Amino acid sequence: MPYNLKEIVANKPSRFTSGHRMCAGCGAPPVVRMVMRALKPEDHAVVANATGCMEVASFIYPYTAWTDSYIHTAFEAAASTLSGVEAAYNVLKNKGKFANQKGETKFIAFGGDGGTYDIGLQSLSGAMERGHDMVYVCYDNGAYMNTGIQRSSATPMFADTTTSPAGTVIQGKQQPRKDLAKIMVGHHIPYVAQSIATTNFKDLYEKAEKAIYTKGPAFLNVMAPCPRGWGYPTDMLMEINKLAIDTCYWPLYEVENGKYTITYKPAKKLPVEEFLKPQKRFKHLFKPGNEWMIKEIQDLVDSRWQELLDLEEMTNK
Amino acid sequence: MGIRERLSGNEAAATAMKQINPDVVAAFPITPSTEIPQYFSTFVDNGVVDTEFIAVEGEHSAMSACIGAEAAGARAMTATSANGLSFMWEMIYIASSLRLPIVMSLVNRAVSGPLNIHCDHSDAMGVRDSGWIMLFSETNQEAYDNLLMAHRIAENKNVMLPLMVCQDGFITSHAIENIILEKDDEVKKFVGTYNPEHYLLNPDEPIAVGPLDLQGFLFEHKAQQNEAMKAAKQVILDVAADFEKWTGRKYGLFEKYKLDDAEIAIVCMNSTAGTTKFVVDQLREKGIKAGLLKIRVFRPFPTEEIAQALSHLKAVAVLDKADSLNAAGGALYEDVASAMYQSGAQVPLVNYVYGIGGRDTRADEIESVYNDLLDIKYAGKVDDPYRYLGLRREGDK
Repeated sequence: MPYNLKEIVANKPSRFTSGHRMCAGCGAPPVVRMVMRALKPEDHAVVANATGCMEVASFIYPYTAWTDSYIHTAFEAAASTLSGVEAAYNVLKNKGKFANQKGETKFIAFGGDGGTYDIGLQSLSGAMERGHDMVYVCYDNGAYMNTGIQRSSATPMFADTTTSPAGTVIQGKQQPRKDLAKIMVGHHIPYVAQSIATTNFKDLYEKAEKAIYTKGPAFLNVMAPCPRGWGYPTDMLMEINKLAIDTCYWPLYEVENGKYTITYKPAKKLPVEEFLKPQKRFKHLFKPGNEWMIKEIQDLVDSRWQELLDLEEMTNK
Repeated sequence: MGIRERLSGNEAAATAMKQINPDVVAAFPITPSTEIPQYFSTFVDNGVVDTEFIAVEGEHSAMSACIGAEAAGARAMTATSANGLSFMWEMIYIASSLRLPIVMSLVNRAVSGPLNIHCDHSDAMGVRDSGWIMLFSETNQEAYDNLLMAHRIAENKNVMLPLMVCQDGFITSHAIENIILEKDDEVKKFVGTYNPEHYLLNPDEPIAVGPLDLQGFLFEHKAQQNEAMKAAKQVILDVAADFEKWTGRKYGLFEKYKLDDAEIAIVCMNSTAGTTKFVVDQLREKGIKAGLLKIRVFRPFPTEEIAQALSHLKAVAVLDKADSLNAAGGALYEDVASAMYQSGAQVPLVNYVYGIGGRDTRADEIESVYNDLLDIKYAGKVDDPYRYLGLRREGDK
């Protein structure tokens, strides 16, 4: 059946309810809602959440925004916690505990880039390597936003954060961002993808569905802008997302059993400036004399995009 | 009738786990508890148990996976020592706050640093306020028996707390001794099945676990944990009574060894109690009224019962196999001292920190403590209650 957003929204009520306390203009809730919509209506999910914005804004005792089962333990422990849930499911299923269950139970972890790229990288790597049947979704907003916009290894080069401020001597984060999707590809798991919330959500929905219903571990890296950390007007979220993919700053692709497919190639690749300009975290890049900084980012975007094109060609020969 | 065997403490713990046949075991190797997951994964790979063994990439994930499994509705177990427990520390508190009756075999070893692989109790003392039930074991037999009783205690609906069974690294974990094992089917019957009321994997009743719990609620939730800890004391005794009916082996909150008519006594935990019993017997032959109180249940701490059991003595020494580095005294000493103070018992108390980093504690050293207690008995007071036993000092050979 061809993808139809209206039908999906009509037929699959959101499993992540309104009333949560995420900020207006935050990129994460649309990602969560769409990933959860990719579940078959008859299936039940156990969601594990790393400590972060999503957790502290969606499950404040005694209220929860989650209609599926949900567990939060610690910042770095979403993947390892969920691996225990999944192992429990396997053994209890073998013992016949779920003989009368209508659908299946699926396992989905959500973590920000702090809980995923950094403090939770070990537990994520362990869970992926052990082959648990789960999907780990990183909503990547490129800094530790929950504690107040500190740099992470996902923060783009030269971005202004509270621990890499644009100072008079050192102007923002000095290092390029870590390529986590590639690290996950290095685990040789069945499915890795990078996605984003586009206006019709097709890319994200289809990748989430594949990730959830591919047996074994899957990893989704989804860019989710943060209006506070990035400094854009709250009504500009979808525009920022569009600029991220049209500049190839955030390439959309998937890797199925080692085979790369770029799922979006902009007809006209825009200069990265267009993505940087609306964001206050890059304001200092546009000061006279700092043109070299934008050029460095452009070079980085270009080389990573080219590398992806090469990988696609190489793995599809 | 039990089965006579000869097993090391680690083998005894692994055997108990095999007979319990938990749903999930998640563990990471660390000396001296490594053998437990080793033996256990052999049981898994040979199809002797139904367990999913999660060979995690570190102890933090071991406890996280146990939390996930237990919250999912399964019985989860793990084993660790020293730094492994330190690495779990964050998750240890989360496990108890989520009221998950996970059972751990803790093989006591010195926590770094510097690095040392031998026995002391600094690992256990580091989690003494974490809301876990803590049982200590003098021998391989006690480590085995405590594990067989563990789930009945932890999973009791008035308790619902995680539980750790401690034994001394190398001293009992690697020493092969006689043991009486119970039959598989009898263990299965005694331990029973785990049927949690609420669990993640129930599609008919989705639940949310592990909230952000702010000023309005956390205080009450913590107080509830403490109520559960208080309730655990009677449950531990009830389970011990059932266990005695089944096996004939008797357990309480602590063991009194020649204590009731004693004038001087030592309080200690784990394998040192064995050495102390040997010394008590020798002193008794000389007509010295020496006794021992061996702690089995360290958490919940049996405050009133201990104070009552020690109140008639003329002098008591508390032996701590971990230094609190607080310039005041070891953890067990402070607990016993506050229990005595609260009860109004006027018994001179002295504290000895001993056996740090696996330093051997010989019978003659234990005897020297009793000799000190005789001096204290005559003096009726203690001027320097915070002492070392077996510490090499400048000029010593």
